[in-house]
Amino acid sequence: MAEDYAKLVNETVEKFGKDRGRLMDIARALHAELGHLSEDTIGLVADALGIHRVEVRDMASFYAFFSREPKGRATIRLCNAVVERMKGADEVAKAFEEAVGCSFGETSEDGKISLEYTPCIGMSDQPPSALVNGVVLTRIRPQDVPGIVAALRKGEGGGRLHEGGYESSEVELNLRQTGPVVFAPMERGAAIRKAVNMTADDVINELNRARVRGRGGAGFPTAMKWDFCRKAEADAHYVVCNGDEGEPGTFKDRVILTEQADLLFEGMTVAGYAIGAQEGFLYLRGEYEYLIGHLQQTLAKRRRLGLLGENICGREGFNFDIRIQLGAGAYVCGEESALIESLEGKRGAPRDRPPFPVQKGYLSRPSSVNNVETLCCAARIIEHGADWFAAMGTKDSTGTKLLSVSGDCERPGVYELEYGITVEKLLELVGADGAQAVQIGGPSGQCLAPKDFGRAISFEDVPTGGSVIVFGPERNLLECMRQFIEFFVDESCGWCAPCRVGTTLLLKQLEKVLEGKGTRADLDQLERLGVTVKTMSRCGLGQTAANPILTTLRNFPDLYDNLIKPGDFIPSFDLKKAIAESCAITGRNPELEEEHV
Amino acid sequence: MSDETMTIIIDGVEVAAQPGQTILEAADQAGVYIPRLCYHPDLPPGGHCRLCTVKVNGRPASSCTFPASDGLVIENDTEELNAFRRTIVEMLFVEGNHHCPSCEASGDCELQAMAYRLGLLTPTLPYLRQPRQLDASHKDVYIDRDRCILCGRCSRASKVEDGKTVFGFEGRGIHKRIAVDGAKGLSDTDMSVADEAARICPTGCLRVKREGYRVPVGQRTYDHTPIGSDIEHKKATR
Amino acid sequence: MAKPLVATAPFTGCFGCHMSLLDIDDRILELADLVEFDKSPINDIKTFSRPVDVGLLEGGISNDENVEWLREFRKNCKVLVAVGQCALTGGVPAMRNTVPLKECLEEAYLNGPTVVDGCIPNDPDIPILLDKVYPCHEVVKIDYFLPGCPPSADTLWAALTALLTGKDVGLPYELIKYD
Ligand SMILES: Cc1cc2nc3c(=O)[nH]c(=O)nc-3n(C[C@H](O)[C@H](O)[C@H](O)COP(=O)(O)O)c2cc1C
Ligand code: SF4
Ligand code: SF4
Ligand code: SF4
Ligand code: SF4
Ligand code: FES
Repeated sequence: MAEDYAKLVNETVEKFGKDRGRLMDIARALHAELGHLSEDTIGLVADALGIHRVEVRDMASFYAFFSREPKGRATIRLCNAVVERMKGADEVAKAFEEAVGCSFGETSEDGKISLEYTPCIGMSDQPPSALVNGVVLTRIRPQDVPGIVAALRKGEGGGRLHEGGYESSEVELNLRQTGPVVFAPMERGAAIRKAVNMTADDVINELNRARVRGRGGAGFPTAMKWDFCRKAEADAHYVVCNGDEGEPGTFKDRVILTEQADLLFEGMTVAGYAIGAQEGFLYLRGEYEYLIGHLQQTLAKRRRLGLLGENICGREGFNFDIRIQLGAGAYVCGEESALIESLEGKRGAPRDRPPFPVQKGYLSRPSSVNNVETLCCAARIIEHGADWFAAMGTKDSTGTKLLSVSGDCERPGVYELEYGITVEKLLELVGADGAQAVQIGGPSGQCLAPKDFGRAISFEDVPTGGSVIVFGPERNLLECMRQFIEFFVDESCGWCAPCRVGTTLLLKQLEKVLEGKGTRADLDQLERLGVTVKTMSRCGLGQTAANPILTTLRNFPDLYDNLIKPGDFIPSFDLKKAIAESCAITGRNPELEEEHV
Repeated sequence: MSDETMTIIIDGVEVAAQPGQTILEAADQAGVYIPRLCYHPDLPPGGHCRLCTVKVNGRPASSCTFPASDGLVIENDTEELNAFRRTIVEMLFVEGNHHCPSCEASGDCELQAMAYRLGLLTPTLPYLRQPRQLDASHKDVYIDRDRCILCGRCSRASKVEDGKTVFGFEGRGIHKRIAVDGAKGLSDTDMSVADEAARICPTGCLRVKREGYRVPVGQRTYDHTPIGSDIEHKKATR
Repeated sequence: MAKPLVATAPFTGCFGCHMSLLDIDDRILELADLVEFDKSPINDIKTFSRPVDVGLLEGGISNDENVEWLREFRKNCKVLVAVGQCALTGGVPAMRNTVPLKECLEEAYLNGPTVVDGCIPNDPDIPILLDKVYPCHEVVKIDYFLPGCPPSADTLWAALTALLTGKDVGLPYELIKYD
């Protein structure tokens, strides 16, 4: 038994070429096989790779999908993102707890099923959703739960729990509006053939003339990024596609990956040509594992067609191929330098910049990290020309933008719209009457009040990576903000002090106010903490983690004012709670000791 | 190239910098102290504590990692930044479990000294009171994680100075901890009391056993002079 | 003008901070000239007979009686000063804060090496322990903090005289000490 186990570890390590850089894949494979990564497994992997045990543990202990303790054969990861909870995830959670007979965070007594919460899995348009051993379940109703659990207990796949991948998955498309850039029909290879007949400089120049900016959030001019990368001297350059799509409420890359994977790979290949890379990576969030078969097939087809591999499209010396790297549950891995660390098989801790990835990225080589949608735009710009692209959108935001709309609206889904559309128009389009607030750009973005609904979605006004969450008039907005902060607490990588500790303190401070124990001084403290975390944190996660609080303090001051009490101090201390444990141990009854309470 | 000097401006004062230096290194050389905890002159920077954050041409950046380049305009000793730094120090106090009166490092501890320097009378942020593991398994060195600020100095020193990998991290977010390269604790690693790592910890977390309380109160490193005085002294004696 | 009234309270501490107050040597006479002591273990007055100007608090808050007293102090004192690490942070008693209360009690009263026929005390007359030892400022508003274990006589002197003469209580570097 022990020998089999050691053999399994060794074989797995061999399978990935005894390459330390493939530690993520090794860990994923072993986790799938063994159900968890024990200290023994960690030691064996370290020995097989010739590295230190603490390095393996460092990585394995970081990702949410890796468990260090034995877990059930099936793990149900119920999504508890804000939108999911708005749409009934709490009731579904209760149903799961009843059916499985344990609470979330625990494993059933028979050891068969574990219950876990997971942040947004990219299904906010079809909530409540869950991942069951990688299979996506959507629109779960409490009454569905006993059946799902019974099937799992019997060890049945099939039914809703088939492992058939994307084609047979129950994920709905919800592509509500297509546009000319991303969701227009495409001809395989059209962009590459054009590109290889241009010089690399001309390709970059075309993007420059199109004024295309990154769709992943930061809005950095794509041409400039490619140019920096291309010009950075090194023995290798890399193209990295950011398919981590972790911002709660975003699912537009999911739809690209199912509908236009070819266009994405086309864009990556063009990028490879432009920056002089031979290798590209698609970093795919672990939650989208169900897409991997489909994506691999698409890649295989492209290799057969000569669109990947050697001398692509007949261009002598243009060799390029793409590998898919799956993540394992960490929002911060969407941050480009953390993504690169993860790609190298390490914990997803962001790096200090400078140096930027275009100078020193994957394996310290110049790397261009681009969002899925950005690469699709790049392919189209080469295919149809910069003028065609720049004619759409606004002056500083050319082209179209994919918006993932969810929450309180009639038609949640993905919309491809020209930049410049106002929030108001968008709300009309998606069927959202009387919204009290709209969260644009996810928790890390901003919470807009109706007074701002006339503003335009664009880099110059209201930027967004694509997440749009509508809050109807009945929602408890600040409770939703609290859940956003909870998300940042869970997802902080812990590298730097202001974010690691500050997010937890923000949560405590907000909760104090929400519990009615706040005064004006507490709101000031909330803001002071928020600004500290924002200013002092190391990466974008910490720098935006206070936004749910800071933007609602600004845009919805009344909500806070209504919660606070007069005076300058209310303690968070609660005597009843503080003596409860003591009373339980000694059997004393606080009610009887009236004067103490 | 190497004798080419650049000039950066810190709080209105011109400071010379050499290519390859970080802002913090250039400042140190000029006798300008930028608060820091995770930085150590013998080690590559870690970027963990963010205390060394300055404003570089108006934007916050950690000076221990940011390369100096000609003409940078830097804000350092401002009330705004010092208030942020004080809050971070407070955060580190409430994150761990620091009982200075019973800590061997008291008086020599950089975290405590930084609190003194920044005029923090006491932390008032809510204490997190998380239990943390003590590792006393090694015969000469112990780890009292209650006092760990996750500065990573031990881990970098072990790698860079000692050519070992005794330390690493474990977990993420608020659950992140310093970890050791053994299944059964520090005694299960190749840690030696002679390692640089054994004496690099800024706090009372990673300490050599049987060395505590040798220096009487009143003669400890920070009893009379604030942390950073050694660096500022350079300027004074110029 | 009447002399300012001062009250002091010992919560969960070692009395060392009170000793430090006495340790200001002959300055205690000067202090006595400056102030009058109300409720204080120094003179054994147990109730507030009138509003007090300055309350000095020693020790952390570890049981319901501490809480009650502390709240009483807040009601009756214009200015509250937390004195010493125990009052400021919970101090040495707060070392139990990361151990569940049940384990603490069991170790102390049932399983400890010197325990014979132990039982966890539950007499209604003894104060009820809190789950944690709290610093004073988590329970009531505190106006000034004087760190140290104990704060040195110089710290106490500097702070008290400043406070009583309406000056700024800024402590110089050498007087800010957490031990
Ligand atoms: C915490 C965090 C998460 C991020 N997540 C993503 C993501 O899921 N997808 C993405 O494309 N960019 C994400 N980004 C932005 C990336 O760091 C990077 O700017 C982007 O991938 C660059 O691509 P673009 O120029 O095409 O937008 C994230 C940034 C931060 C700070
Ligand atoms: S800001 Fe947060 S996520 Fe980013 S490095 Fe710091 S701890 Fe990690
Ligand atoms: S490590 Fe420093 S701050 Fe922490 S208890 Fe020891 S002396 Fe105090
Ligand atoms: S043990 Fe010391 S040196 Fe190592 S991370 Fe913790 S505080 Fe830093
Ligand atoms: S602070 Fe120190 S001297 Fe004062 S009561 Fe506490 S233990 Fe005693
Ligand atoms: S000293 Fe620069 S981040 Fe700690």
